[in-house]
Parts: sequence; structure tokens; C-alpha cells
Amino acid sequence: MHKFLVHKRGDHVGVATSKIGAGERVVGVYMDDDSTVEVVAGGDVPLGHKVAVRECEPGGAVVEYGVQIGKAPDGLSVGDYVHTHNLKSARW
Amino acid sequence: MELYGYRRENGRVGVRNHVAILPVDDISNAACEAVASHIRGTLALPHSYGRLQYGEDLELHFRTMIGTGANPNVAAVVVIGIEDNWTERVAGGIAETGKPVAAFSIEGYGDLETVRRASWAAKEFVQGASEKRREPVDLSEVVVSLKCGESDTTTGLGSCPTVGVCVDRLVDEGGTVFFGETSELTGGEHLIADRMATPELRERFMETYEAYVSGIESRGVDLLGSQPTQGNIKGGLSTIEEKALGNIEKTGSREVVGVLGPAEAPQDGPGLYFMDSSSAAAEHVTLMAAGGAVVHLFPTGQGNVVGNPIVPVIKITANPDTAASMAEHVDVDVSGLLSREITLPEAGELLMDNVRRTAEGRLTAAEVLGHREFVMTKLYPSA
Repeated sequence: MHKFLVHKRGDHVGVATSKIGAGERVVGVYMDDDSTVEVVAGGDVPLGHKVAVRECEPGGAVVEYGVQIGKAPDGLSVGDYVHTHNLKSARW
Repeated sequence: MELYGYRRENGRVGVRNHVAILPVDDISNAACEAVASHIRGTLALPHSYGRLQYGEDLELHFRTMIGTGANPNVAAVVVIGIEDNWTERVAGGIAETGKPVAAFSIEGYGDLETVRRASWAAKEFVQGASEKRREPVDLSEVVVSLKCGESDTTTGLGSCPTVGVCVDRLVDEGGTVFFGETSELTGGEHLIADRMATPELRERFMETYEAYVSGIESRGVDLLGSQPTQGNIKGGLSTIEEKALGNIEKTGSREVVGVLGPAEAPQDGPGLYFMDSSSAAAEHVTLMAAGGAVVHLFPTGQGNVVGNPIVPVIKITANPDTAASMAEHVDVDVSGLLSREITLPEAGELLMDNVRRTAEGRLTAAEVLGHREFVMTKLYPSA
């Protein structure tokens, strides 16, 4: 059973559809082609919060929906819990 | 799709049959509420403004007042203001629809005499409205507005795409749909610009968007916590761009045929319209109702409870926690999209069925729970 969904292939993040615990190995589904991806969560991820499925270099653009949603000042590693502490708006 | 609605004197279709008691200004609220307290079947619409406004802010006030009274969900209107000039202006604007309107000003009479005279008019209007019958209308005649609130990532995953399916279907059937939330398009404004039907509209949209956002940015403050809101952040949204992309999902995929000012009614036929508007829920629904929307679709993630006095607000959530913990506020539960137990077309069918039933008279959760938020948009300080 999947525990997170990813909008599009190429997105950096998926969204937890159930609570995910730190260290848990979880399966996600890409909504555009129904393929799956597996990550080990680096931290607790509440329902609706994000987990990284792709690396992002420091200062790089973070993509969800196939569109930039901000930047990651310190970068992202696969499995990272992603929220306001490591993802910042590129607009305001 | 055929359904049963109220056809008003000007041919427009309503889904409710309210008799509104409309104050022109804040100090006429008491008289309006007094009338509504003893004439059964009336609805007072108290608000906070209408004094010493000027320029564009005053024009918006009149447009909102007149648009609210003119809304096809309203059968008849009693207008009460402190003095006769602005009171007559509001009443006259509403009367152009052909519906029954009566105007009363308080100066020279006092509250008690005004309430007595206005109550007689309200009594006649309620009895007249009670004889109105629903008749067959087409779904495309039901003007629908959109706004999501207390959004989280589940709105972008589930409830907004569900609304998007319905919007495409309504537009394809010749319907009219409004969306807005100007600042909340930030990060996806290019996606909306790309859907404008003409280069002129695209230019007008971008000018409107940039004017609104530069007004916010000129305050020089950190917006994190306001836009996105604390509720958005608690629900997992991290940036305005992420919030905007979820928000935009609910607009479907069709071209945008017009750019409207706040509370402005479209003049150019059916289709999908952008309305320049606040992203605050009650203000937004009030503006869209004044523009002529008679049903509102409201996706929510963390559980916004907003309603409107004259327009049924249908709540849709894909968040399973909210669907369970705030069930009394939820009209359509599409949380099965997150567990992949239902498909997006199936979720769209669930919502379309609820829209039809609501349009034919089923009360929404917000209506039953007494949510009647009527909130005017104020453009600048009063004189």
C-alpha cells in the first residue's frame, strides 16, 4: 500500500497520504503514470507533508506539479522531510 | 442537464429564494436586524462599511451592495440606509433586475418608524416570494464560483482537481464559472496567463495580477504565516508557489474568456472568468456573489468553515483526517482519491451530483450550521 503520492515524474517531492515514521521504508505512486518509487524517510512526515524523492543541490529549484515551488538553500537528499525549514519561496 | 431553479424577472436563474434586508451602511444594521427578527423568512445582511468611502472604494461598495441585491438567489430586497441619496442609488440599481425592491432612509424618522415601514414591505415581499415556484432550467444557467480555503497539500492532490473536472464540464455545457484569488496565483500566474483567450486579455490579467501583488509587496513584510496561512503550513504547504499550484488545479483546463474587476458581473456571455479578488474566504465569496454567482464550490484541506448568506457554499475535502474530525462541515468527501480507492472522474461525478442537488434546494452544511459571512472588500481607509 502506498504512503505517499507524487504529482509528476521529475518532481523533487511526494506528499504523504498517511503518517510516515522516521526510518520507515515507504512506497509512493506517481500520479501521471502509476509507477512506484520507494524511499526511506529521514524524519517523521505527517499526513499532507512532503518527503524528497529526488536530490536537489544547495540553492537549487524544487519542483512539484512539474513547476518550481521554491528553492532549497541547503539542498535536499532523498528521504528528507521537506517543509518551511528547508524549502523557501523564490517569490516572497 | 436540466434541473429545477427559480427564474427571475430578468431571466437569470437562482437556486435560493431569499428576501434580503440590506443595510447601505454600518449604522443601518440595527434597523435591518430588527426587521429580520420579526418578519419570518427574511435575511438581514449586516456589514461594517458604507460611510465616508470615496472614489474606487465607494464604487466597489455600491457594486457589491447592488450586485448582492440583484443576485438571482434573492427574490426581493428591502434596502435601509441612514440617508436617502445613497439608499435610493442602491435600491435603484437592484430594481433594474425587475425584482421587488423597497427603500427606506432613517433620517427624519428614527429607527422605530423606519422598522415599522420597512416591516410592512418585508411582509409583502415574503408572501410574494413564497409563491415563487421552481421551474425547469438548464445547469448552464447556474453561475458557479470557486475558491478554496485552509488549503493543504490534499487540496492540490484531490479536492481541487475534483472541482477542476466539474469546471471543465460546466464550461463545456455552456456555463459560466468565476475564479479569482489574485495573490494566490503567485508562482502559477504564467499558467493562467497562458490560458487567456486573447493577447489583450492576457495583458489585462498580468496588469491586474502585478498591481495586486505589488500592493502587497510594497508593505515590505514577510508574508509567511499570512500567505501561505498558518493553517496552510500546518497542513504541509511550504511556499506561496506550492499553494498556488494546488489552487489553480480547481480552475480546470479551459480557456479564460474574461478578466473581471471585483464584484463585476460578466457582460460577454458564458465561459470561465477570472475576477480580481482577495484570497480571504468570506470577502471572496461575497464579491463573487455580487458578480452573480449562485453556487460556490469550496475545496478545503484543514477545514475552512465559511458560508455566505445568499449563496450555498459546497465544501469538498480530500483530507481523510478533516473528513472525519470536521464531518459536519463537509458536503463532499473525496478522500478516496488519496487512498486511490476512487478515480478523479468518479470524484467529479460525486461533486456534480451534489451541485445538482444543492442547486435544486438541498441545504449545504454551511447553510445548516448558520454560516452567513457577508464581508465587504475595502480598498483603502475611509475619508
